[in-house]
Amino acid sequence: MALHLSISQSPVAHKAVKALLLLAITYLLFGLLLGVIGGFQYILPPFLKEQLAFHKTRPLHVYLVIAWLFTAAQAGIYYYLPTAIRPLFWPQGVWLHFILQAAVSVLIITCFFMGYFGGREYLEFPPWLGIFVLLPWVPFAVNFFFTLKPDYKNAPVYVWSWSTGIIFFFITLSESYLWLFSSFGNNIIRDVTIQWKALGSMVGSWNMLIYGTGMYIMEKMSGDSKACRSPLAFFFYFLGLTNLLFNWGHHTYIVPAAPWIKTVAYIISMTELLILAHIILQWRKTMTRARKTYHSIPYRLLSFADAWILLNLTLAIAISVPAWNFYTHGTHITVAHAMGSTIGINTMLLLASVFYIIRKENPGLLEKKKKISGYGILITNISLLVFWISLLGSGMERISGKLNNEVFYTIMKKSRSWFNLFAYSGIVVLLGLVILLAVAISVIRSKPGIPDVSDMYHGAN
Amino acid sequence: MAKIVVACSLMAIYLLYSFFVYTKGTENLIHLAAEEQVRVNKGKALFQQHNCIACHQLYGLGGYLGSELTTAYSDPQRGELWIRTFLQAGGERMPDFHFNAAEIDALISYLKYVDSTATTYKHQ
Repeated sequence: MALHLSISQSPVAHKAVKALLLLAITYLLFGLLLGVIGGFQYILPPFLKEQLAFHKTRPLHVYLVIAWLFTAAQAGIYYYLPTAIRPLFWPQGVWLHFILQAAVSVLIITCFFMGYFGGREYLEFPPWLGIFVLLPWVPFAVNFFFTLKPDYKNAPVYVWSWSTGIIFFFITLSESYLWLFSSFGNNIIRDVTIQWKALGSMVGSWNMLIYGTGMYIMEKMSGDSKACRSPLAFFFYFLGLTNLLFNWGHHTYIVPAAPWIKTVAYIISMTELLILAHIILQWRKTMTRARKTYHSIPYRLLSFADAWILLNLTLAIAISVPAWNFYTHGTHITVAHAMGSTIGINTMLLLASVFYIIRKENPGLLEKKKKISGYGILITNISLLVFWISLLGSGMERISGKLNNEVFYTIMKKSRSWFNLFAYSGIVVLLGLVILLAVAISVIRSKPGIPDVSDMYHGAN
Repeated sequence: MAKIVVACSLMAIYLLYSFFVYTKGTENLIHLAAEEQVRVNKGKALFQQHNCIACHQLYGLGGYLGSELTTAYSDPQRGELWIRTFLQAGGERMPDFHFNAAEIDALISYLKYVDSTATTYKHQ
């Protein structure tokens, strides 16, 4: 058995994984900064209106934050595969991935700054760039499937989760470009329905990568390799997969497509109640674990992710009820759900993964920065809660305006105090995350310390 | 083995369901004259090229800084003139995109077409 990480991970791949991690962190930092600028464009309409108007800041923010999610998840998987399974099949492929990913990002960001758009939700870059977005995923998929050579009969649930995430990213990104064919693009009802279908499942695909990562580090830290192979774990995996495949339709209640599309979506969305019930039943156990392991930064991040799952799932189920969805859809309540998922759940899980990796690489240095990291976690989560509430408040204001038949200008004026709250709390979220990311960058860029190899090859399949 | 059977079954149902969504239940109920279809397509292309979706929504897709546009055309408080005014000069938050007259007409044709499909909005 290997005694050092760099023995199980080739030096070439090891450096490339660090570079990918730094790229992911860079995406998040700039994504957050553009989010803050976008927030201020709500309360100061002329702010950068000519130089960097909202139709540029929003796609930049969205692209960079999504890129953070999948790049950080991919970097983690590259790191974990050789630790848990065997050396990477194609170490140079990680560099190829990094170079392609960085090049595509430069192209996309340049297009946005120059005002060259494709104008599709989430995928606001010109359509020809869609194929380039897929390119970095090719060396990643090759490395994943050829290193793992998955034996799905016996594989733990996170291997299923990762595999699903990779396969469905290819499927859903391709599906989201069906509008280029006239039988889809010239029919707004079909176009919007399929756009929601593809994007809803695409979010599910990167969630699968991230949840797999969360389950992996949980297994390694707890030392319990049975939990990720249990029937209960697979029940919830298949429930999640069913939701990935079919629950997108709750976004289309307002679209005049056939009623059966909405009925299927409603039934599937309500299966999330089982997940919610499970979380509530497990809550006491989760709290006990959180108290016991509060000293560990990755565990602390996982505990906050748990709390956000509870809040956000409750909100998701509520807004999936058609009678409520009619009012909440198209308001900041949907944004609260998106932000709670992206920052509260996904970013907390990914930061747990980043801190798990850097703790393994240089536990001594991280120990010295534990206190400041703890402040970063607290500041981020408290300000995120305020941010989340302000979005709900703004959404409620819009619903009230719509019910009273008020014009858009009046609704925006009445929402101003909520917009102030989300713009200023957004700055504090940025501050909290900058603290955490600065710690992560300093440890990643430091000279190698004595690595922690305590859980290597634990639970290898 | 059971896990692989469940996964394959779900995948098969997903493919079948996707085929249905692509072909049934989302049929085109509004048939435009060829000339109007060309203008609508041009309007849609302009809508996308200027990334209008970043601030405005159509059927819930898009940003919230600007107003929802699905039924802007038939809304008694907004309507064609309201849309035309913003397209000609921008607004407090909306930049002036310097559209020419033909482009404005194309964008209005597109929004009129979207509005004509929005039966769910008008029935509730």
